[in-house]
Amino acid sequence: MAKTATPSAVQAFTIQLIVSRFNPETDEESRWESFDVEVFSTDRVLDALHKIKWEQDGSLTFRRSCAHGVCGSDAMRINGRNRLACKTLIKDLDITKPIYVEAIKGLPLEKDLIVDMEPFFAAYREVKPFLIANSKPEKGKERLQSIENREIFDDTTKCILCAACTTSCPVFWTDGQYFGPAAIVNAHRFIFDSRDDSAKERLEILNDKEGVWRCRTTFNCSEACPRGIQVTQAISEVKAAVLRGRP
Amino acid sequence: MSKVITPPVSQMKASRGGTLYRGREGMWSWVLHRITGVAIFFFLLVHILDTALVRAYNAVISSYKNPIMGLGELGLVGAIMFHALNGLRIILIDFWSKGVKYQRVMFWVVVGVWVVLFAGFAPRHLINVFSEVGH
Repeated sequence: MAKTATPSAVQAFTIQLIVSRFNPETDEESRWESFDVEVFSTDRVLDALHKIKWEQDGSLTFRRSCAHGVCGSDAMRINGRNRLACKTLIKDLDITKPIYVEAIKGLPLEKDLIVDMEPFFAAYREVKPFLIANSKPEKGKERLQSIENREIFDDTTKCILCAACTTSCPVFWTDGQYFGPAAIVNAHRFIFDSRDDSAKERLEILNDKEGVWRCRTTFNCSEACPRGIQVTQAISEVKAAVLRGRP
Repeated sequence: MSKVITPPVSQMKASRGGTLYRGREGMWSWVLHRITGVAIFFFLLVHILDTALVRAYNAVISSYKNPIMGLGELGLVGAIMFHALNGLRIILIDFWSKGVKYQRVMFWVVVGVWVVLFAGFAPRHLINVFSEVGH
């Protein structure tokens, strides 16, 4: 019997990653730094960032937790588009050119790829993203809901609060007071929930100068959402609900 | 081994402020809508002033009759046509239940209709502008 050939090593290739760096202690503004990284075709942008941090420059700072597209920690602007670094395969990008990675825009930059998410979560809290029910469910039972009623807000339950949508919005870049797509998506999730009794209150909150009417339908949010939520559609539905005065 | 290098300036398509956001039809239609909107506003401002001041009206109108203003009028008509057509698209996005779904198709329809209208207008207008120069 012929000796089985050893499987050839998986082909690695070198890419150039240009990362926006910012050290609040020494820098006045962010600067670009280039790294050459050896990666495999199965690697994601997050893996390349890990390689840089572990092998080349330990000071590179970015957020990530689950690293599998669930926690929403590693939204960043990759080649000019907001993406999760853990869901972006390098081979899907144009690797003949350098890959640009920078922090999401519109929120205060803290260090390298990390921004202060507090303004984002403040807007989220303002829309009361929790169930407000006036009635009590039958003793020992849960609140019932038909499949059709659940379907109405199914899309907006998928949000992981990564801020990719809000920080892709040209209105949000220039007007930090705007609630932003993510807050409206999470308001939508409860406004159209048949078990919730506070839709009117939320519609009133969003019927504000800085509420849904700031939306200019640029559709950047829908393109950016890593969960595929039709964000602009959700905002449109909230706009229509405000005009009707009920969900 | 890999080393940290500073990219040459020629490769720096990204500026210090960051890369330009690579939005799609929705974002660029909004950008164009803004630009044409502001341009039309400034034209209207001047236009209302020159029609309001009756004595200045004839002088201003006759000063429009030169090739540079003629080309400006061409741009003005182009801007108004885009702003009007895209405005209809935005109305449909807001009030038609399927508007959001078809926004990208509607953008290319806007571009198509604009090209047809502009192709009809531009030659006729340019002939007028440049045939009057000699007189």
